[in-house]
Amino acid sequence: MSIKLTIMEQMAQIAREHGKQLAPLSDDLVLLESGLDSLGFAVLVARLEDKLGVDPFTTSEDAMFPVTLGDFVKVYEHGAR
Amino acid sequence: MARAETPALRQRLSNTAPERFLFDRSERACYTHLAHGTCFGGQLTDLAGKSVLLATGSQLTSGLALIELDGVARRITILPPDAAPEHFAALIAGAEIDAVVVDIGSVSEFYDIPLRVPVSVYISPTDSLPPASLPTEWVMLTSGTTGVPKMVAHTLAGLTASFAAKPLDPSVVWATFYDIRRYGGLQIFLRAVLGGTSLILSSADEPVADHLGRMAEQGVTHVLGTPTHWRRALMAPAIKKIAPRYVRLSGEIADQAVLDGLRAAFPQAGVSHAFASTEAGVAFEVSDGLAGFPAAYVDEVRDGVELKVDDGSLRIRSPRTASRYVGSDTPLADKDGFVDNGDMVERRGDRYVFTGRRGGIINIGGQKVHPEEIEAVINRHPQVRMSLVRGKRSPITGAVVVADVVLKSAGNDAEDVKGDILTLCRDTLPRHKVPAAISIVPALDVGASGKLARR
Repeated sequence: MSIKLTIMEQMAQIAREHGKQLAPLSDDLVLLESGLDSLGFAVLVARLEDKLGVDPFTTSEDAMFPVTLGDFVKVYEHGAR
Repeated sequence: MARAETPALRQRLSNTAPERFLFDRSERACYTHLAHGTCFGGQLTDLAGKSVLLATGSQLTSGLALIELDGVARRITILPPDAAPEHFAALIAGAEIDAVVVDIGSVSEFYDIPLRVPVSVYISPTDSLPPASLPTEWVMLTSGTTGVPKMVAHTLAGLTASFAAKPLDPSVVWATFYDIRRYGGLQIFLRAVLGGTSLILSSADEPVADHLGRMAEQGVTHVLGTPTHWRRALMAPAIKKIAPRYVRLSGEIADQAVLDGLRAAFPQAGVSHAFASTEAGVAFEVSDGLAGFPAAYVDEVRDGVELKVDDGSLRIRSPRTASRYVGSDTPLADKDGFVDNGDMVERRGDRYVFTGRRGGIINIGGQKVHPEEIEAVINRHPQVRMSLVRGKRSPITGAVVVADVVLKSAGNDAEDVKGDILTLCRDTLPRHKVPAAISIVPALDVGASGKLARR
C-alpha cells in the first residue's frame, strides 16, 4: 500500500476510535481542520512508525510542522527514502 | 489574621489604564469597571470569610471571580476544567468548602455545599463591596496524581513573586493557550491583572485558528503555552496572522524542534522556555533558544531560587514554593526546603536536559499519567498475565502511551486480544490514557524488588 493510502487509512481508523468526524481527505486539507486533534495526530505518528518503520519528525534534524495533509504525506515520503 | 502587605487583586485595578480587558471567545470584561463593580449581583458579601470552591465552566468568569474573591474569601480552591466529579466530595471535605461559585457552564450543581453563588461576566457598578482584608489562601489542584488530586496552597505574594517587581509595559497584550485554572495559566492571569494589561483567554472547544484570529485582532504581543499547544499552533495556517514579541513554553519538556519551529515562525520574537510546577512555583526561564538549561544554574542562587540535582532528579528551593498541601500532612518539601517533583535530568556537556519523570509517569501534552492506572485496566483482560505501560516519545504531544503485554498462553490470536484490550481501555479510560499501540511480548523485566522494571 502506498504511504499516502496508509496514512489516510490510519487517519480514518483513529477518527473512528476517538469518535471524531473526519473531513474529506485531500492534499490541501489543513490538518487541524481534518477532525483529528493533537492527541489524534500523536497516535497517528506512533501508529505510522509501527506500519512504516519510521518517525520522520523525531529522526529529522530539522523542525517540521506540516500544515496540510499533502505536506504531512511528503514528510513521510521523504522520510521513507 | 490580617493580610500582609500585598494589596488585594481588586485594589490593583484602580490604577489600570482604560480599555484593558479580559477576553474570551464571546465576551470581554473591563478591569476599570471591575475596580468598582461586581459580577456576583449583590452576593459577594455572602462569600466573605468562606472557603470557596471556584467551579465555573468558563475561564473568564473564573478570572473575574478570583479578582473579586481575593482578600474577601478565607480560601479559594480553584477547580480545573478536567477535574473528575468522583473526587468532588473528597476535595470539598479536604478544603472545608462551605460555599461554591458557579456559572451557567458548571459541570455540577453542588447541592451538598451550603451556599451556592452564581457569577456572570456582566459587571454591575456598586458602592457596597466587602472589605478585602483577609490573607486569602489560594488552592490549586495537581494533575496526574492517582486518586484524589493533591491540593496545593499558595499565597498571592508567592504566586506573583517571579514578576511582581518587574516593570510594567502598558502596551503588552497577553494571550494564553493554558487554562488559567492551572498553575501555568494562573501565572499569566495574575501577571496581566497586576500589570493592568489585556489578556486573551481560550474558550472551551474553540478551534486554534479562531483563537489565533482573536489574538491577531487584539494585536497580541506575548503568547504562552505548552510545547504541545505550540506544535498545534505551528501547524495552523492562522499562525501567520500573529507577530508576538515574546513567546514562552512551559509545562512539558521543550525539545529543540519546537524551539526551532518557533524561532522560524517568529524571527522577531524572544523565545523562552520555563520550568515550573504547581508545588515549586516558577524555577527558571531559559532564553538562549536551546533545549535543556545551562549546568551553571545548578548549585547557585538565581533570583532567590536554588536548584540541585540529587539522585538524578531536579530539586528546587524557592520563596515561590507553595506553603503546604491542604487536607494532608504529607510534607511538600524535604527538611531542607527542597521540592522534588520527580523530573529526571541528565548532564550533557555544559547543559542539563530533561529525560522524563521518575516512576514512569508520562506527560501527554501537559497531562500527567500514571502507568499503573492503565496497567490495572489492561490486566483485567482474562488473557493478560501482566503488562507494562510506558511513554513513547511523540513529536506532537511530547509522549503517547504504549503498552507491552504478556499473555497467559501463546495460543491466543494476538490481534484479537489487542483489539479487545483497546476496547476495554476505550470504555474505561479517558482518551489520552488509551494506548496508541499495544505490543504482545514474551516476558517483562521484573526487578529484585518484585516490581516491574520501569526505565
